[in-house]
Amino acid sequence: MTTGTFGASGVSSRRVPPLGGLNLTALSIEVRRLLRNKRTAIFAVIMPCVLFLAFGLNKAYANQGNGRGTYGNVSAFILISMALYGSVLATTSGGAMVSIERAAGWSRQLRLTPLAPPAYIFIKMLTAMVLGAASVLAVFIVGVATGKPSMPVWLWIVSALCVWVGSLIFAAFGLFMGYLLPTENAMQFLGFALLLFSFGGGLFIPLSQFPHVLQVIAEFTPLYGLNQLVHAPLLNGSVHVAWVGNAVAWLVIFAGGAAWRFRKDTGRV
Amino acid sequence: MSAAMTARRDTPSAIELHGVHKRFGHVEAVKGIDLDIASGEIVAFLGPNGAGKTSTIDIILGLSRPNEGSVSVYGLEPRQAISRGLVSAVLQTGGLLKDLTVGETARYTASLFAQTKPVADVLKRAGIADIADRLVGKCSGGEQQRLRFAMALLPDPELLILDEPTTGMDVEGRRSFWTSIRQDAELGRTVLFATHYLEEADAYADRIILIRHGQIVADGTSAEVKALASGRTVRATLPGADETKLHEIPGVDTVEVRGDTVLLHASDSDAVARYLLNNTQAHDLEITTRALEDAFIALTSDDTEASHTGAMSS
Repeated sequence: MTTGTFGASGVSSRRVPPLGGLNLTALSIEVRRLLRNKRTAIFAVIMPCVLFLAFGLNKAYANQGNGRGTYGNVSAFILISMALYGSVLATTSGGAMVSIERAAGWSRQLRLTPLAPPAYIFIKMLTAMVLGAASVLAVFIVGVATGKPSMPVWLWIVSALCVWVGSLIFAAFGLFMGYLLPTENAMQFLGFALLLFSFGGGLFIPLSQFPHVLQVIAEFTPLYGLNQLVHAPLLNGSVHVAWVGNAVAWLVIFAGGAAWRFRKDTGRV
Repeated sequence: MSAAMTARRDTPSAIELHGVHKRFGHVEAVKGIDLDIASGEIVAFLGPNGAGKTSTIDIILGLSRPNEGSVSVYGLEPRQAISRGLVSAVLQTGGLLKDLTVGETARYTASLFAQTKPVADVLKRAGIADIADRLVGKCSGGEQQRLRFAMALLPDPELLILDEPTTGMDVEGRRSFWTSIRQDAELGRTVLFATHYLEEADAYADRIILIRHGQIVADGTSAEVKALASGRTVRATLPGADETKLHEIPGVDTVEVRGDTVLLHASDSDAVARYLLNNTQAHDLEITTRALEDAFIALTSDDTEASHTGAMSS
């Protein structure tokens, strides 16, 4: 008889991969896949650049206007706002990709591999953050190219990092929604929700121009705290507890929601 | 041969289920299944839709947990077995991302395991090496099925589970598929496949497990199951039949009396017919045989008086 490659020796020599299956090959394929998706790239990378070109280049913005640019000019302030909008859009859509993967049965397929569920979530968060980084970089490069925003070099770097790290909150939001919403309209809904959040956070129009009631409501929306925080270095560095509270609270809500839906999902399928 | 048998005894069972129950709300999909599949067997899981085949497979794969009972795969929890690449499966549909290429899908899958066969070899064997750069979304149904099969082969699993593997394949595709499965089985790979193609189970399985309403109704070699189901029914007119006496006729499995008509199910219908004609007042004898298909229906349907086609009167 043929000497089998299967059987007792085969069983005992089998190993479990380290890190729950997390590896660079999978990550690089995920990133390539993300870049292949033209619609996501256009929305998350090109749109915020266009928005900056449309709103951030007013001649008057070259000045330091009403304290909106203690260390830089108004154009720099708007640059940071648009980078945040793009980054948040990018990380949200990156996270929401789980919705497509669930619908395609890919999540289920992955459960037939050693990939541990937390490792899967980690991959999704990380790829969302890669897209977020691409968005921030694109907006900042456009900013540099126009020569209009003005701030010290360290502020360019610190602001970009703050925007990027902060958008992690929205990677969690994307994941939560990806597990919660049906695929067909997940992205439309999220695009709309982010637009509302952006207005609420004061990304497009300063909140001071809103009626008082709306201003009070706006302070509880998910982008409010984050938007204030990412502009803090540019202004004077002072940070309100309420901003941090808002950002942390929404991070807890989104991450908690994602964890809850995720556990439900893996339990059921 | 004897060496192989010894080796087999050292290995834990490929699959062991004890008193497995699975409920979805008020519906009980699996109602107490006990199963022991040895390493190296090719087992067909046969049953009508909704019999509990897929629910049982999901439990074996750790995709769902039983409400009661225990499951072990090569002596491990299902999830443990999967993370060691001991078990893999080709499920019915889906499971692929349209925006990845065939090659990327395979490399992605391979990267998640501690050890795999070379991706190029597996793609070649599955006959999709030449379309490695094609997006999955642009592949035909057959090509996607080959990719799913390639993904399942990557970890070189000890146990391969296939849920309706040849659905949508043409005759030639089906034949070459089973040839390749048999080659692996000869090296000792255990294969469990769910199917509703009776011929497929008959031709390729060492053992057939018939499942119905979440329970196993027959379990044996193809020949055993066929014998169990493909006996004949002798029908006769016999007023005032004595049921207990009829039961005593050698070779009779079941007796049914409907007014003046008696229905005797027997593996040796000739002996029963001879007995009835010689020793009773029975007349209008009719012997019906079951086609393979009907054997399956008879064993898995609700109605034990399922109509028998292929009637043959004598």
